[in-house]
Amino acid sequence: MTTPMHPLWLWFHKTGSPPEFYRLAGRLLPWFWVLTVVFGVVGLYLGLVRAPADYLQGESARIMYIHVPAAWMSMFIFAAMAFFGLLALVWHVKISEVLLISAAPIGMGFTAVTLITGSLWGRPTWGTYWVWDARLTSELVLLFLYFGVLGLFHAFDDRRKGARAASLLALIGLANLPIIHYSVNWWNTLHQGSSINLLAGKSAIDASMLWPMLLVAVASKFWFAASLMQRARIELIAMESGKDWVQKLLPAAVPEEPNP
Amino acid sequence: MASSASAALGGLLQRDALGLWRRRGELLNPILFALMVATLFPLALGPEAGRLARVAGGVAWVIVLLASLLSLDNLFRSDLEDGSLDAMLVSRQPLSVLVAGKIFLHWLATALPLIVLAPLIAYALGMPARGSGTLVLALVLATPQLSVLGACAAALTASLRRSGILLSLIVLPLAVPALIFGAGAVEASLTGANALQPLLLLAAGTVLALAFGPLVCASALKLSAS
Repeated sequence: MTTPMHPLWLWFHKTGSPPEFYRLAGRLLPWFWVLTVVFGVVGLYLGLVRAPADYLQGESARIMYIHVPAAWMSMFIFAAMAFFGLLALVWHVKISEVLLISAAPIGMGFTAVTLITGSLWGRPTWGTYWVWDARLTSELVLLFLYFGVLGLFHAFDDRRKGARAASLLALIGLANLPIIHYSVNWWNTLHQGSSINLLAGKSAIDASMLWPMLLVAVASKFWFAASLMQRARIELIAMESGKDWVQKLLPAAVPEEPNP
Repeated sequence: MASSASAALGGLLQRDALGLWRRRGELLNPILFALMVATLFPLALGPEAGRLARVAGGVAWVIVLLASLLSLDNLFRSDLEDGSLDAMLVSRQPLSVLVAGKIFLHWLATALPLIVLAPLIAYALGMPARGSGTLVLALVLATPQLSVLGACAAALTASLRRSGILLSLIVLPLAVPALIFGAGAVEASLTGANALQPLLLLAAGTVLALAFGPLVCASALKLSAS
């Protein structure tokens, strides 16, 4: 005798099936893009045009409306990857393998943006493009962690096996991330008595500067969701190219040669 | 049963130790690599004693870290290829215990010689002798952690044909805390600051790595064997 499934579990399993997920992601995609544009345009307009210039750093501080949300996303996406990795390893959810692999390049992009905007911001503030500042250094190590996860995935011929290995590495990475962050801070205070903190006085930030930043942060979340859905759909088609639902969806798609 | 697990572990260690002994020439490789890199630093930076002494502790640390990566590649690959791993998986013994034994043997064979060598390298580069005790202590506390991290990466990449650079790409970012606290402890003891804090943090990291590492490593091996 089978007991009826809890509706939440039923939904979970249904969404976890590739064709169902493909359709759901396709329906959500336009909304995510609209929300990205709305929040992004308003936030950037308020930040880059309306907000007052920083009294200490002048107009150059406006780069923080991109730098700070990108930095938040770089860490958020790594945590999301580890979450997908956990789902993939423990419950063997195929979709979460796809999501993990699709999220990694996006997170790497946000990390790269954080580093680039940080170094551009450093030029007027510190007089040089690169300083071994604690935040920038942890962000650099985070970039290497992303490289490791993606490199491991691409080293496998079997996509699913690669995704599962990458899942485990993402979990190991997330467990180590706070330790790395703490150790880099410790190292920085050991070797540099005083350095200008990019976000000095962050807690005392004025509302006219805080709101644009939060709006851009929300926009970047939706941007991530939209890119994730788009990438996951493509990854799903590639992974399932031999299956019936893909054949029906894209009659022209040629099934991939199965791996020997 | 506990007794059969320890018998399996004993057998595995005996076999691996014999393998290491028969290929004992390879054990020299990390040491030779470390000596070679240590020679490159004076050649690159110039022989001026003061300049070398300032970087000696950190250089010794980086050399040990890089040398310990060298022998990781083969840690599980031969077991995977000749079917020993499958035998371990069907043996009904906890894989994490067997893996812990293998990591311990690997530590004995590669990390221990490097720990002995590190103060010599640091001395040759002109590090004041009062730092060498801290250097050895920091290495003793940190190298088990490095071996565990390295073993996890080796287990993840065991089924790949080549893993050389990928292995370093995976291990080095994770080894950053050990390097920072290890080199920081040496620096602190040289400048007269308190080296106890970084040493305790290293010990904490190693305790965590020893507690969870073998489990993670075992599940990575199961992935590779599947």
